Amino acid sequence: MEHEVHTNGKEEVRIGFYICHCGSNIGGTIDVAAVADYVRTLPGVVVSKDYKYMCSNAGQDMIVEDIEINRLNRIVVAACSPLLHEKTFRSATHKGGINPFFFHMVNIREHGSWVHEDKALATEKAKAVARGAVGRVRFHKALEKRKEPVTQSVLIVGGGIAGIQAAQTLSNAGKKVYLVEREPTIGGHMALFDKTFPTLDCAACILTPKMTDIGSDPNITLWSYAEVVDVKGYVGNFTAQIRHKPRYIKEDLCVGCLDCIDNCVFKQGNTDDEFNQSLSKRKPVYIPFPQAVPKLVVIDPEACTHLNGGKCEQSCATACERDAIDFNQKESFDDIEVGTVIVTTGFKTFDAARKPLYGYGRYDNVYTALEVERLVTSSGPTGGEVVLRDGRRPKTVAIVHCVGSRDHQTNRWCSRVCCMYSLKLAHLIKEHTGAEVFNFYIDMRCAGKGYEEFYERLLEEGNRFVRGRVAEVTDVPVSAEEEGKLVVKVEDSLAGFVRRIPVDMVVLSTGLEPRQDASNVRRMFNISCSSEGFFLERHPKLAPISTTTDGVFIAGCCQGPKDIPDTVAQAGFAAGEAMALLDKGFVEMEPMTSFVNEELCSGCKTCIGLCPFSAITRDDAKEVAVINPVLCKGCGVCVAACPSGAITQNLFEDCEIFAEIEEVLAHA
Amino acid sequence: MPNVFEPRILAFFCNWCTYTAADLAGVSRMKYAPTTRVVRVMCSGRVDPQFVLSAFAKGADGVLIGGCHPGDCHYLEGNTKFLRRFRMLKRMLADLGIEPERLRLEWISASEGDRLRTVVNEMTEQIRALGPLHMPAHFKEWDTEVLVEDLSHDREEEVGERV
Repeated sequence: MEHEVHTNGKEEVRIGFYICHCGSNIGGTIDVAAVADYVRTLPGVVVSKDYKYMCSNAGQDMIVEDIEINRLNRIVVAACSPLLHEKTFRSATHKGGINPFFFHMVNIREHGSWVHEDKALATEKAKAVARGAVGRVRFHKALEKRKEPVTQSVLIVGGGIAGIQAAQTLSNAGKKVYLVEREPTIGGHMALFDKTFPTLDCAACILTPKMTDIGSDPNITLWSYAEVVDVKGYVGNFTAQIRHKPRYIKEDLCVGCLDCIDNCVFKQGNTDDEFNQSLSKRKPVYIPFPQAVPKLVVIDPEACTHLNGGKCEQSCATACERDAIDFNQKESFDDIEVGTVIVTTGFKTFDAARKPLYGYGRYDNVYTALEVERLVTSSGPTGGEVVLRDGRRPKTVAIVHCVGSRDHQTNRWCSRVCCMYSLKLAHLIKEHTGAEVFNFYIDMRCAGKGYEEFYERLLEEGNRFVRGRVAEVTDVPVSAEEEGKLVVKVEDSLAGFVRRIPVDMVVLSTGLEPRQDASNVRRMFNISCSSEGFFLERHPKLAPISTTTDGVFIAGCCQGPKDIPDTVAQAGFAAGEAMALLDKGFVEMEPMTSFVNEELCSGCKTCIGLCPFSAITRDDAKEVAVINPVLCKGCGVCVAACPSGAITQNLFEDCEIFAEIEEVLAHA
Repeated sequence: MPNVFEPRILAFFCNWCTYTAADLAGVSRMKYAPTTRVVRVMCSGRVDPQFVLSAFAKGADGVLIGGCHPGDCHYLEGNTKFLRRFRMLKRMLADLGIEPERLRLEWISASEGDRLRTVVNEMTEQIRALGPLHMPAHFKEWDTEVLVEDLSHDREEEVGERV
C-alpha cells in the first residue's frame, strides 16, 4: 500500500512505531499486535511493529535498520517508563542517523499493563497514548546537548565510614575532596563500636588508621564541626556554602596536647558525654575520644562557665602554651566550587523510649545496643567492664531484637544489621561476664558472607535463642525467682506458650532510621526520599547510588540500612561515579531549556519574577526578555505564564503538548 | 459486560514526583482504573491553563494535575506557581458550568504510589457519577444553533476558531 505523504508544515513526516511485549509483562495484558495495527492507520506512520524485547540489541537494530530502509525521521517506542529506557532508544534513534530527539517514548508498562487488569480497556488506553505520542512526535525538532566543563573537585557530606571511604578512593585517584562533618570528629557510628561482625576484628583498628590518613591527606580538605548550609548550581558546577561552628580553639595553633582539659576548673566532667552514649560525663573543654580526627579540642558553649557569662578563672586558656584558646571565636563561612557531591549523612538509631512497654528510661538496667557497645569497649566508660548501673555484673542478659524494626507501630522495615550486631553483643557479653544470654528474635536474618557461620558459632557457644517478639519488660515479680529482676514476657512461638524470663540486664537492639533533619538535607541537595525517609536512589538496580539530581550521589545508611561491608562497597561505587564524571571533564546538559522569541516578546517582565533560578533578564535596549541557557533548568514555568506565547521550551513546546492532548483524546 | 461509563481523565504529571509515583505504582503492581491518559511534563509549573481548557474542549471528562509536595519541587517552586493557575481555573470552570470535581490538583511524591492509585480511583468514581462532559459534541451543537439562527459568515468562523 502506498503511503500517503504527511507533513508537519516543514517537512515530510515518516514515523516508525514500535511496541514492546516485554516478554509477558506488557504482552500478557495488552494486545500489542492490535495496538500496532491501530497505529499503522494513523497519519504519518510508515512502519508499525511489535517485538518481544525492544530494548534488546535486536530490537534496537530493528529501529536502526528501519530508519535507513524506510527513510524514517521520527521514532515512537511504546514500552516501559521513559525514566528507564528513554536513553536507550534515543541512542538507537541516533545510531540510525537521525537526531536523538526525534524520538518519543510511551509508557504502557508501569502506567499500563502492570496497573490494569481489564485487557480490553488496557489495550484501548495503550492505543490512546500511542496516538498521543505519534501526534506529538511529528513536531519534534532536532536538539543538541550543550557541553559544560566539570569542576575538578568533590564535596562529601558526612564523615562516617562511607564518607571516609569515598574520600580516600577519590584522593587515591588524585582528586580534590572537601569532606564536611557536622561533629567535632570524623568516624561516625563506626567509631563507637568495639568489634565488627562477623570476624570480631576491632573496629578502631580498621577505622582509626583511615581517619588519620584523611586528616593528613593533602588532597582532602577536612572540615569537621561544620555544616553545608547552601548548595546551588548543577552537575559539574555546584557551589556550596559551608558554615564552621566555633570550637573556641584556634585550629591552626592547637596541637591536641590536651593540657587545657587537664586544667579546666571542673575537676570532674559536668556534662553527658555524647560519645559514650551519656554513660559517663565529660568536661566543657573536651575531645570526643582519644583517636579523634582532627585531634582538636572543642569547648562546649552550653557547659562552659565563661562562655555562659559566669565567673571563671579561665585556667584552660592559661594552661595553653600556644594561646590557642579563643573565647571570642565566631562562626565562619567558606564558599567552595565542586563538580559533584556525595551525600553520606548516615542514620540515627531508633529511640527506644518510643516502645514504652520495654521500659527504656524507666528501668535502670534496660540498655540500648549502642550503650552496651560502649560498655564492652575497653576505651569506654567502664574500661570494658560490662556492669549494671549499680556496679553489679549481670548474670543473665536478654537481648531483644527488632526494637523499632519490622513493627507496624513504629518502623516497618528490617534494619538489616540488628540480628548480626545482637549476635556480636551476645558473644562479647558472654565473653566479658560469663552471663547467660537470651536472644529474643522474630527471624534470624544472617545473610552475608560468614554471617550464618557466625550464628552457628553462637549457637555452639551455648547462647539461648527464643523465637517471639517480646511483649513487655517488667519489674513486677510474680514468683520468688523474679524478685529484684527484670522479667521479659514473650510468647515463645516455637514452644507455643507464653514465657516469663527473669534477667539482670535487658539490651534493646534498636533499628536504624533516617536522621531527624534528613528532609532538610534532602531539600538542600534537591533529592527525593522513599516513604520511610531514606534518600531515594534513581533506580534500585540501574542507578543505585544516583539521585534525581545529576551529580549528587548517595552512599551508606542515608540511602537505607546496611552493614559496614555494604556501606564501604557503596561508598566506593559513589566515588567511582564521581570520578567518572570528573575524568570525562564535561557534562552534557539536557536540552529542555527555554528560549525567547524576540519577535513575540513584549518585554512585560512577567517571566522574570517567576523564574526560580534567576535565569531571565531583560535586554533594555531591545526591550525583550533573555533567558540564560546555562542557568535555565528547563521547568517551563515561564513558558506557561508568558502572555504573548513568546517563550518556547525545547521538547515541551506548546505545539507538541497541544497535539498530544488532542490526539490522546481523539481515540474513542 | 454491563455498559459502564469509562471516563477519560487527562493527567499532567511532573517528571520528578507524580510521574515517578505512577511508575512506582506500576512496579508495585497496584491496580487502578484505566481511565488516565498521562502527559509527562518536567514540572507542574509547565501546565498552561490553556492545556487544561484544551483538554476539556477536546473531550476529556476530567483533568488531573500531579506535582511535588510544596517545598519538594525539583525546580524549587513550580508547583506553587501552578497552584495559582489552578485556583483561577477552578473559578473559570465554575463560570463555564463545568463541575469542580472534574479538575483536580494533587501533590504526590515519588514514594506515594498508593496515593496515586487512590486519587485516580476516587476521581474515576466521582466523574463516573457526574457522567460524560461531551464538550466536543456540545461545540458541534452550538455551531449548528448558530447556523440555524442564520448568523453572518464571519461569526461562524469566529466560533469555529474558538473551538
